[in-house]
Amino acid sequence: MSNLITLNNGVASISENEWTVVKLPASQVEERKQAGKVVLFRLTGEKTVSAEQIANTEIPSTGKVIVPLSVFIARKAELQDRMTSNEIGVWVDTHEILEDLVASVSDLNSLPIIAVHVERFADGRIFSLGTLLRSRYGFKNELRAIGDVLRDQLYFFKRSGFTSYLIRADRSATEALASLNDFTNPYQGAVDEPRPVFKRYNRIA
Amino acid sequence: MYKYDEIDQTLVDERVAQYRDQTRRYLAGELSEDEFRPLRLQNGLYIQRQAPMLRIAVPYGMLSSKQLHKLGDIASKYDKGYGHFSTRQNLQLNWPKLEDVPEILAELATVEMHAIQTSGNCIRNITTDQFAGVAPDEMVDPRAMAEIMRQWSTFHPEFALLPRKFKIAVSGTRDDRAVVQMHDIGMEFYKDSANKLAIKVWVGGGLGRTPILGTVIEEHLEWQHALTYCEAIIRVYNLHGRRDNSYKARIKILVKALGIEEFKRQVEAEWSHLKDAPNTIPEGELERVSKYFEAMPYETLPTHDAGFDAAIASNPAFAAWVKRSVHAHKIAGYRAVTLSLKPHGTAPGDASSEQMHVVADLADQYSFGELRVSHEQNLILADIKLSDLFAVWEKARANGLATPNIGLLTDIICCPGGDFCSLANAKSIPIATAIQMQFDNLDYLHDIGDIELNISGCMNACGHHHVGHIGILGVDKDGSEWYQVSIGGSQGNDASLGSVIGPSFSAEEMPSVVQKLIDVYIQERTPEERFIDTVRRLGVAPFKAHVYADKSTAKAGVAA
Repeated sequence: MSNLITLNNGVASISENEWTVVKLPASQVEERKQAGKVVLFRLTGEKTVSAEQIANTEIPSTGKVIVPLSVFIARKAELQDRMTSNEIGVWVDTHEILEDLVASVSDLNSLPIIAVHVERFADGRIFSLGTLLRSRYGFKNELRAIGDVLRDQLYFFKRSGFTSYLIRADRSATEALASLNDFTNPYQGAVDEPRPVFKRYNRIA
Repeated sequence: MYKYDEIDQTLVDERVAQYRDQTRRYLAGELSEDEFRPLRLQNGLYIQRQAPMLRIAVPYGMLSSKQLHKLGDIASKYDKGYGHFSTRQNLQLNWPKLEDVPEILAELATVEMHAIQTSGNCIRNITTDQFAGVAPDEMVDPRAMAEIMRQWSTFHPEFALLPRKFKIAVSGTRDDRAVVQMHDIGMEFYKDSANKLAIKVWVGGGLGRTPILGTVIEEHLEWQHALTYCEAIIRVYNLHGRRDNSYKARIKILVKALGIEEFKRQVEAEWSHLKDAPNTIPEGELERVSKYFEAMPYETLPTHDAGFDAAIASNPAFAAWVKRSVHAHKIAGYRAVTLSLKPHGTAPGDASSEQMHVVADLADQYSFGELRVSHEQNLILADIKLSDLFAVWEKARANGLATPNIGLLTDIICCPGGDFCSLANAKSIPIATAIQMQFDNLDYLHDIGDIELNISGCMNACGHHHVGHIGILGVDKDGSEWYQVSIGGSQGNDASLGSVIGPSFSAEEMPSVVQKLIDVYIQERTPEERFIDTVRRLGVAPFKAHVYADKSTAKAGVAA
């Protein structure tokens, strides 16, 4: 049974997953430590991807694949043909810079799918990334949430512009479907409904 | 005050259903402890030392008598017959059962209340001045904007899981009573030179482990952009705030790390895309919501009341209460009244179910059926006729709500501390009550005059110890409870953070430490000088010298 929920014209259903997510190999470089602490990348504290990891990433030679942003940027030349046949998507981690993705393609909508990987449920950066991809960068194709994706995020994912959700393997996607409809009438405008409640209804005091 | 329409009511009802199902899944083992935590926290449910604690939202501190009656009923039905009013103007229940919470929420929903976003890493209850709408020094009543912001922040999808909690305060007075400078975002509403509503915006204030006063990021923001501007600020924070260390995850750390100039540049870059987006507030919406906060149907009354004057003259106890607990009102013949939840010897901010019913009845009888919670953890009846003050006092006094100590040393701001809270390093309530008993003499308290004493049981600073004229912080040293004392903190327009006077003290020493600080003040003060003014004039040194005088002799003795 597939664990993928897709949203088509506002209707959610369980769908077959055509896309394979390509993962980076584990880092060969030893973590740099200072005073016993891992040296972190940027303020938000994630590790960088090494050139070696990028080179060693195994991309399946056929089928639809979603590759890591760092791999996509570094190895785009070898993916070019498959891009034209809509076989290549890109995934970004929540700490990665969207501008890097935008700069890597002439037209973002040449990508049939973008996925955002959320490592922990509590990492709400994914909602800003979805919002920006839709409202700032005009991405119109499938936007997928992957990683620690559980039913209680779904309503927020939908509102932030995500149209498919790969529910974590140990949970039921069928049961999760219900949470997309937790609320009927949101107050604020967001990606799925830009008009806030005061522009949708004539509320009378 | 604001009344729900069908849209508001449906949302709150749907929230009850959602949370009921989340609780069911947790109890059935479908959600792990770790997975349930952010869900229950966003609903104000903490798992504490002895029982869960449920924090119920009181938006910007406004309550109707009907709501307070319901809170009183809930406290007796699901708890031990009392509740604790917090420094975020909310109500906390200390002993509810986890499995009862969905039922409590369903009861709250019947009176247009909820516990949405009262905890967790999201936008929390928006707070404001407890005298909003009635204060004579008010430029703008901020409550309509607070309600618009409450709605906007409720289940805002982009900001559902921020790096850390996010607190917004709004005010509309020259004399700040909403402590806007110690919030993640503080907004002061004012009328600009063209008589248009505008906002001065602070960002990056907060107490906790690293106390920082906010910095002005925008001197003049047109009111209709309040939501989109906040979205720009919070988006920058959501994307770039630290998530690797919860002690460094508040927006204040990001603002300090980037510097206000760079932070502002990033906010403005975001805002250039968001300005005039659909979340811009139309005039009509502000008008609609403002209708709920229109002036009460006040009577035309004389400025004086003979009966009131006579009661003041003949009854010193009443006069003492009026002096401390009765506040000016913008309408002639009316006053605002603070009911003290700080009787000496009990936990500051606690109210029994009976007291809640009494206050609700008083509100119905004398104050248009509404009341407010202050961040100083007292209850306010905002619209009392001068001629009714004596009757209100008698009823309040008979129910332990008229201790005339508002703004005095025993009007202590205090978190629940180690008796209840699992974060605390030390107990705070027993310290508060011991100090109250040490100073259990009203004449002496009145002589000491205006002073604010704030106690927090840990560096999360729920008791706002940094901005207390005297601040007390519970610390853990080798597994035992100690108390660090600071002086010179202050809230308001001239907000400042206190300075620690020296090594910490044991619980038993605390009443005498406060006594010594007061002794220095009494000795050194000039006429009309408040404690805080004396500290600012003299600095910490003379206070420190007196407090530690015995200690150094004792140590010298040992050394000899």
